[in-house]
Amino acid sequence: MAYGDFVLQHDLNFTIETGDIFVIMGGSGCGKSTLLRHMIGLNEPAKGEVLYGLESFTKAPLHRRAAMLRKVGVLYQSGALWSSMTLAENVALPLEEFTTLARDEIAEVARLKLALVGLAGFEHYYPADISGGMQKRAGLARAMALDPDILFFDEPGAGLDPISSRLLDDLILELRDSLGATIVVVTHELASIFAIATRVIMLDREKKGILATGTPQELRDRPPHEFVRRFFHRVGSAAEVHR
Amino acid sequence: MGRETGGHKEHLATIRPPASTSSTQMPISSASSESPATEVSVRRTEDQVLVVRIAGSWHIGGAFPPLGEVERELASGWKPTAVSFDTTDLGTWDSGVLAFLAATSKLARDRGIKVDRSGLPKGLARLLSLAEAVPEKKDAQAEEENDDPFFLQRIGARAIHTQLMFKSGLSFVGQLVLSFRRLLRGRARFRGSDLWLLVQQSGIEALPIVTLVCFLLGGILAFVGAIQLETFGATIYVADLVGVAMVRDMGALFTAIIMAGRSGAAFAAQLGSMKVTQEIDALETMTIPTMDFLVLPRVIALLLMMPLLTLYGDAMGILGGGFVGVAMLGISPVTYLIETADAVSLTHAVGGVIKGTVYGVLIAIAGCLQGVQSGKSSSAVGDAATKAVVAGIVSIITACGLFALVFYMLGI
Repeated sequence: MAYGDFVLQHDLNFTIETGDIFVIMGGSGCGKSTLLRHMIGLNEPAKGEVLYGLESFTKAPLHRRAAMLRKVGVLYQSGALWSSMTLAENVALPLEEFTTLARDEIAEVARLKLALVGLAGFEHYYPADISGGMQKRAGLARAMALDPDILFFDEPGAGLDPISSRLLDDLILELRDSLGATIVVVTHELASIFAIATRVIMLDREKKGILATGTPQELRDRPPHEFVRRFFHRVGSAAEVHR
Repeated sequence: MGRETGGHKEHLATIRPPASTSSTQMPISSASSESPATEVSVRRTEDQVLVVRIAGSWHIGGAFPPLGEVERELASGWKPTAVSFDTTDLGTWDSGVLAFLAATSKLARDRGIKVDRSGLPKGLARLLSLAEAVPEKKDAQAEEENDDPFFLQRIGARAIHTQLMFKSGLSFVGQLVLSFRRLLRGRARFRGSDLWLLVQQSGIEALPIVTLVCFLLGGILAFVGAIQLETFGATIYVADLVGVAMVRDMGALFTAIIMAGRSGAAFAAQLGSMKVTQEIDALETMTIPTMDFLVLPRVIALLLMMPLLTLYGDAMGILGGGFVGVAMLGISPVTYLIETADAVSLTHAVGGVIKGTVYGVLIAIAGCLQGVQSGKSSSAVGDAATKAVVAGIVSIITACGLFALVFYMLGI
């Protein structure tokens, strides 16, 4: 992964199994969100490819990529709700574009999706009218609109209080259990990682690759690297801040 | 602090200033005119140590003594075994003193002289250690840009930049054409409500400013024309002048310039903001084409509104000229109108409307292109809006020139 001549990561090779809650973690600036952008097609890899199943997403023609992306839902860090639309309209838009449901059916599905994330009654609110935490939940409702096979979360807990963050973690677990979705989360919040992750990779900015991989418990109890130990035990020095 | 309720005071809260701080804490004090002035002096001890004495109150916002005396001592040829600090008379301080101490420490270290911090207050010593905990990352500095590049370098850089801009602009126009093709086939995806909102914002809400500008423009043309025409006793032809000028060119041109500043900038700011908040990313991951959903309705809105605004602007300009003609030049309203109608032909009007339509499309393209190319910071969004206006006006004027040439060649 690179921005121009600046190589962010050059040695990434991992597989996400169906049904995983796969967490991508690492220090600030190591490329977690950039990796996620590569996985959903917003950035193109300088080398290598992203595969969905056995099919290359990176090399697929546009119409095929579009079809693959319809099975994907993304929750962006700030929610990324379309500000000129109500919450219901935000959730309804993908349904209008990609289903043949009638207008009233779409409205009902949108209402239901919002209710699933605890926003029943807020259908006619605009994003600017609600809190950041509620915007994230509305963003999640939109990401779930087409019942995707894979859900990507970019720093879902950022800016949330501990209770809201825990509620979001519970929601993520529920989505995996009830929808059977595979979930990929970019985060560095330890509490969430331990609550939800089935597998974790830790990226490293210095090494420009994967520093560690395993379950959160494995990485905490048998850290393969000093930085991993410090990360999981929240032991840091000023020098580590810049790793 | 308390408040009166029913005749007795209710004690709400007491706020006291903090107790005097220990030497480990950074004392906070307000600057006062009686604070002792900052002072630096140096002395050599018998065991070859350079003691830097810091006295007085050191606060950000106050004047600090320069390092000169310390530098002179260290450059004098005498090499002390260590540099230490005497802060016996140091009063209140904040991070302002940190900069001085850090600079002094660096001077000493660069000369291989040990720095003894035992004379510093604990808080200061800890802050200095924290600042030095992480060694400077050598490759973290951005490449130094040449402040004064050779003129050929500048020309080359500008040529490359222009070529890239031209390429991206051409690509954008190509994508817009494809989007229009999808529209004609009924496959373009955008919300009707968005389109009507944009029509309202670009059309009806622009009427007041178009009225004002075009009315005044017509009046100005009438004044300027009258000055010359009066010498020939032909002030009646002011009506011809204003009518033809407005309908053929000026109405469309000035309306377009207004819309470039109004709608072009708004489009750039809207799309730029959507980039910052990742709304455009969300559309892309849902495979909803940004061109169809965001750009096309904006282009269509101006495509629909600019011809109407052009005609409206023409009418306002003629009205403005008529006002001057009637009020200042003594021409009767009926005469003015008849003269205008005789001078202005359908060809002029159609030509003006065509120009206005083309200008509208150029404004929308300029605004939307700058918006989708905007960076992801608030200042970048502002820059995009500015560039949209400039690009819009430049493209309008260029198109105006081309139209003049083409119409001349066609004998229109």
